[in-house]
Amino acid sequence: MRYEPVIGLEVHAELSTKSKIFCSCSTAFGAEINTHVCPVCTGQPGALPVLNKQVVHYAAKMGVATHCHINQLCKSDRKNYFYPDLPKAYQISQFDVPICENGYVDFEVDGQPKRVRFERIHFEEDAGKLLHDEGEGTVVDFNRCGVPLIEMVTRPDIHSSAEAKEFLETIKTTLSYLQICDCRMEEGSIRCDVNVSVRPEGTEELGTRVEMKNINSFSAAVRAIDYEVNRQIEVLEDGGKIIQETRRWDDSKVKNLVMRTKEDAQDYRYFPDPDLVAVEIDDEWMRQIESEIPELPQSRYARYIKEIGLQPKEARIISDAYDKACLLDEGVSMGRVDSRSIANWILSDISKYLNDKGLELKDTKLTAGKLVDMIELIEKNTISGNAGKKVLVQLFETDDSVDAIVDKLGLKQVSDEGAIQKLVDEVLAANPKSVADYKGGKKNVIGFLVGQCMKASKGKGNPKMINQCLNKTLSQM
Amino acid sequence: MELYQKTAAELSAMLKNKEVSSVELTKAAFARTAQVEEQTGAYITLTEEKALADAAAIDSRRAAGETLPPLAGVPVSVKDNICTKGIRTTCASKMLENFLPPYNATVMEKLDEAGLIMTGKTNLDEFAMGSSCENSALRKTRNPHNLDRVTGGSSGGAAASVAAGEVSIAVGSDTGGSIRQPASFCGVVGMKPTYGTVSRYGLIAFASSLDQIGPFGRCIEDTAMLADVLMGHDMRDSTSVPREYPSLTAGLNADIKGMKIGLPKEYFGEGISEEVSKAVLAAAETYRQLGAEVVEISLPLSRYALPIYYILSSAEASSNLARFDGVKYGYRAKEFDGLIDLYVKSRSEGFGPEVQRRIMLGTYVLSSGYYDAYYKKARAAQRAIRADYAKAFEQVDLILTPTAPTTAYKIGEKTSDPLQMYMGDICTVSVNIAGLPGLVQPCGFDADKMPIGMQLIGPRFGEQTLLNAGLAYEKASGLSNIVAL
Repeated sequence: MRYEPVIGLEVHAELSTKSKIFCSCSTAFGAEINTHVCPVCTGQPGALPVLNKQVVHYAAKMGVATHCHINQLCKSDRKNYFYPDLPKAYQISQFDVPICENGYVDFEVDGQPKRVRFERIHFEEDAGKLLHDEGEGTVVDFNRCGVPLIEMVTRPDIHSSAEAKEFLETIKTTLSYLQICDCRMEEGSIRCDVNVSVRPEGTEELGTRVEMKNINSFSAAVRAIDYEVNRQIEVLEDGGKIIQETRRWDDSKVKNLVMRTKEDAQDYRYFPDPDLVAVEIDDEWMRQIESEIPELPQSRYARYIKEIGLQPKEARIISDAYDKACLLDEGVSMGRVDSRSIANWILSDISKYLNDKGLELKDTKLTAGKLVDMIELIEKNTISGNAGKKVLVQLFETDDSVDAIVDKLGLKQVSDEGAIQKLVDEVLAANPKSVADYKGGKKNVIGFLVGQCMKASKGKGNPKMINQCLNKTLSQM
Repeated sequence: MELYQKTAAELSAMLKNKEVSSVELTKAAFARTAQVEEQTGAYITLTEEKALADAAAIDSRRAAGETLPPLAGVPVSVKDNICTKGIRTTCASKMLENFLPPYNATVMEKLDEAGLIMTGKTNLDEFAMGSSCENSALRKTRNPHNLDRVTGGSSGGAAASVAAGEVSIAVGSDTGGSIRQPASFCGVVGMKPTYGTVSRYGLIAFASSLDQIGPFGRCIEDTAMLADVLMGHDMRDSTSVPREYPSLTAGLNADIKGMKIGLPKEYFGEGISEEVSKAVLAAAETYRQLGAEVVEISLPLSRYALPIYYILSSAEASSNLARFDGVKYGYRAKEFDGLIDLYVKSRSEGFGPEVQRRIMLGTYVLSSGYYDAYYKKARAAQRAIRADYAKAFEQVDLILTPTAPTTAYKIGEKTSDPLQMYMGDICTVSVNIAGLPGLVQPCGFDADKMPIGMQLIGPRFGEQTLLNAGLAYEKASGLSNIVAL
């Protein structure tokens, strides 16, 4: 029998607000243990939370971008359970009325369109971190405690690990487009739990589902799903039954183990948090949120293929990175240079520089205006393409204008006809053998002669003009 | 007249006229405390050294010609569930016996700003859960009017400290009557302000939606003066109400002609002692003579208030007290085997029986399968009670009721029967459920010479009307500034 996997995801993303969700402590990652803490986020007796409105704003942005219904009256609930990383012994979350409901995202899997629906998106606070290698016993680091999260819960619309991976990539790209999450996977800014069941292909009824936790990367999600789907199929093929349970994924061993069964599921005793009054997103605030949603990656991807003529792969590279897409669109909107050239620079030298240095565009000083200035000089033959690469490095690293850089590095091409003719005459005089070869029909020596001219001009000669001048002079000889 | 017998208003005037210094006042307060504290047991912690230093600082500011707020230099006691930075804050629990808060409650900042001198931290029922102060794990507090009787609770230490003249004013908290009922038992004045008018930031939570800090005094004026210091909007408490807070002291006016006062018939029937009923009805007669109109009204849902209160307050308490797990601060069991054992032992050993009872009750009503039947229904009933009051306040300006079914009973009399103890809260809890202000002041004594307190209930933000009516009665009855012992 063939089986169809049915997969739902619960994705947690840390929001990139400056301060925590219920206090003014910094959310910065990597600080010394327990330095970004205060009475509120360490759950001191008597301390009270006050909701950071930026969290509401960011969560609603994600909801709008994913076509959700936004519940404009935001209430908070307590999820009660004991664990040392949870100082109040309850997590402030949203229970029956999440800020966003019933949305979806569209994306492509192997060129085919795919839609995954959202059941809900809600905001909540992150817990602290238990550190087991900091000397004797276990240390609780509360720096992460109170960092805002959104939890996005999908419908069971995913049917393969490949779809799951594309979905996660889409979420990541959307979050970065909205500039509400740093998307630093290695810092755990996006994490996910996976719900998996299988059913005989062609049937509708859902099988018993198993939840998997401790999945820390998108590639781990793929491995975990593949493993669990196969495990469930094997159990069924052997005549067994799937048990509703939570399993812990161990990525290093590429297998999962039972964490807890349905019987010992916790009762979280959710109830409305009496310390927090409901926050209302009024219509004006809603309009502000809506106005901040940029054109999303799926739309830009299609546009780059159609309007600029990029290959799907190229369009994907640029549309996946918000800052690159913005650079391209801003450059194109200036209407001064060929759009394809801008894309080419982004796909080649700009991407290479960023990759090599491990930087993002926002970490550099490059602007769309300067990139266009530089390309324009190439198009006008003021500088060579090679000189452009040298200018680009300066554009990343300095505040200088393109003209100033060209001057400073002496990159302006010699495009004066008289000067080029003189150069050509000198080179031809110095290379009688090549001239003879040319006359004897070996037309390809022209390449050598161009090289000699470039060398004599210390790289500043306009190669196109040199080429033309050489051809003209040789043919007249 | 000794300094300890004076009201805060009188002390304030003496300080202003430089008839006395704050250091002298503070020394007098500690001298009085040394004299009576062994009998009253009002305090868990005395902070004499700091108080004298604070008083000296106020004196030098005054000497330098600075104009200080009215209560600057006046000693005040603070209930021991309000966080004081670096000063032990116990909630009268073994759990927090040695807890030093790393920050000050907002009301502590306000007291500091107003120049008040904190004398120490007063006793309470553990985590403010109780009605007699007998649930304190750390201290036994006795009623200054009769040392065999309870002070009431949970702010029993606060009430006793004022009644015995250890201080003229005190800060307490009220979740279901915890300011008003001990004020009644100890013959002093206590007010629970409208929910949201005093910041809860730094008040160790019992039931967040009901808890409210408020003032004690031996007269209406002192109570108003301290209320003026405590009340105000606070950004750190999201339930704090942003609005104007005009001075209640400045607004005091004993002319109550034409005021309409309602007597809810449900508060004068079965379960309320005859002596108490009679004294409160006599107060109603006084109001009539003062020109108020007194009418009988009905609050038909009153009988549901007690179960609603115990469901909601216990539910919130079970969650609020979960943080005391032995991990971060507070009591940790000496020996344990693993994490769960650490939790179970620390909490079983650290919390007293009444606190454990409420945690279990609250956990139960929030559990899946019971939530709808208890918690959700109680919330719906809470809305109905609010509507009940709103309707009443369409008819009348204030409501007059007894504060408690009886006067202060004997220590140990009700400890074996928690339900009987809970019944004692029947007159006060609905005020918290509805988020309204309530004022209690003495209106007579019973045959055993124990004080009887009457309760005035106002509409939201009706503190000024309450205090004015209180002042009118105080002047007419002469029942003011009663110092026991």
